[in-house]
Amino acid sequence: MRIYALHLAVVAALFAVQFALPAYHYGNVTRIMLYAVFAIGYNILFGYTGLLSLGHALFFAAGAYGAGLTAHWWSFGPVAALGAGVGAALLVSLVTGLIVYRTTGVAFLIVTLMLAQAAFLSTLYFNTVTLGDQGIVLSLPPVELFGAALHLADPAVKYNASLVAFAVALLLSLWLLRSPFGRVLIAIRENEARTRLLGYNTALYRFAALVISGTLSGLAGALYCLLFGYVGSSFASLQYSTLPLLWTLLGGTGVTLGPPLGTAITHYLIDISSGLTSSYMIIVGVALVAITLWFPEGLAGWFRRWRRVRS
Amino acid sequence: MITGPALLLALLEGSVGAAVLALTALGLSLVFGVMRVINIAHGEFVMLGAVVAWWCSADLLGAHPLLGFLVALAVAPLIVGAIALAADWLVLRRISYDPERTIVATMGLLYIIQQGVLMSYGPDARPLDPPIYFRVQFPGFGYSGYKLIVAGLALLLLAATWLLLARTRIGLYMRATRLDSETAQAFGVPVKRVYAIVFALGAMLAALSGVLIAPIRGAHYLMGADPLLLSFIVVIVGGLGNLRGTLLAAACIGIGEGMISVLFSPTLSKIIATLLVAAVLVVRPGGLARGATP
Repeated sequence: MRIYALHLAVVAALFAVQFALPAYHYGNVTRIMLYAVFAIGYNILFGYTGLLSLGHALFFAAGAYGAGLTAHWWSFGPVAALGAGVGAALLVSLVTGLIVYRTTGVAFLIVTLMLAQAAFLSTLYFNTVTLGDQGIVLSLPPVELFGAALHLADPAVKYNASLVAFAVALLLSLWLLRSPFGRVLIAIRENEARTRLLGYNTALYRFAALVISGTLSGLAGALYCLLFGYVGSSFASLQYSTLPLLWTLLGGTGVTLGPPLGTAITHYLIDISSGLTSSYMIIVGVALVAITLWFPEGLAGWFRRWRRVRS
Repeated sequence: MITGPALLLALLEGSVGAAVLALTALGLSLVFGVMRVINIAHGEFVMLGAVVAWWCSADLLGAHPLLGFLVALAVAPLIVGAIALAADWLVLRRISYDPERTIVATMGLLYIIQQGVLMSYGPDARPLDPPIYFRVQFPGFGYSGYKLIVAGLALLLLAATWLLLARTRIGLYMRATRLDSETAQAFGVPVKRVYAIVFALGAMLAALSGVLIAPIRGAHYLMGADPLLLSFIVVIVGGLGNLRGTLLAAACIGIGEGMISVLFSPTLSKIIATLLVAAVLVVRPGGLARGATP
């Protein structure tokens, strides 16, 4: 129960802090919470199941394009577009899961990388629909909720919609990973052969983990597209596959609160360095190398060890 | 309507592309075969080769472009090989070539190299003068002679690498480490040094293919993505770490990719190649080639 209280406290703190944040950080925290949903989704596959994906941009972009294209071409309202985005991500996850059903290890990460790259190239190739690099700028009608009209351009709406998605993703992943299903995922990460020997259909569990992870990532993409009113090819680029890996590694793999923490730190690091140079992605490269060399367990692992030493 | 000359042109373009692709993919396959690690930064070594070629070209030396090209052919592999050696010594060796951590580290290396080039060389795509200019007349069209020389040089370099592996002591060490690194070490093979040399050799092959394509495609800091994607496709289809399979797959995929590029669209050809690999992996998770031995 203590662990649920801790997670609820984080959500409550994020709700409370919106009344005190200056405008600039208000926007930053909104983005961080959305990206954190993506990171939480990534962590289910990488941190808990032990499958390293280099192509999660595929799912993020599936969500974003599912929402953006239906809203732009078929005039879907924000709620219907969100549903379409999540549905698209679910569909893409299912198909990807079937393709990689038997692959693990090195083959798994190469296939995910390549599928994401194929998706990226497709968004460029079908530019009459997606408008390619330039992307689609959306203008969406307000959402009617309890008689009030919520305008998506309003920063408070963006903040609280992101907070709701973050809370749902965080508590869902916590509940999932403490359930018997989550225990099997962890067992697969630790020793897949032994888990199979115990009678679990590990390929099926891996498939399920991929679908949940991909759909959560797609939820982040769909909301990002709707709240910021834009979707373009860059959403499917390698950068959006690298970032969730960095967020998860920095925060600590296999810890529910690790990836959100890693997301926040990375976001501010990139934010500061992009003011100094246009080659700000070098920060991401240096961070990845530094983590592999000196912090393989991330911040959460470091914190755990520090507590163990103290007690 | 696709005519005879168009088809011949597409076939020529595809063959030139296949020869260069074989060189790039051989580097990646060698690194995976011997060290059992995936180098995500492999495409950046191609890009570095092209950037060094631009740097050595007539703009800097003020001499004939051929001189710059020859200097680049000698200097680029040295510079890129040195960078690879440094990466091996500073990073990969320290994480004991753990497969997952190596992937993350080389992913970081990708961004460090790419963004480092963006800082120093800039965001522009810069063209290079072809080192030699003559046209070969085919029925219906004239073809750039330089491209044919590129294909010839790539085949020569492939043959040289093959000789290195098959006929020299270090090649023997590499093959022994590939088969079983522990037994090789027990027989006195300096496995760590072999790893460093293989990583550098893979990078040098990538850099050489970068020098070769620079006069055709120019030099740009983001140009590493395409060679990386295509080499991955080749290495998977050929069977991970299988050198002969890699060369065969490079020939098929390079020619097919080149032909679809010329006849339809370069983007479409890459989408098709990628989806083809996905299909291959559904049927055969270990790649098309049988077994893992070359």
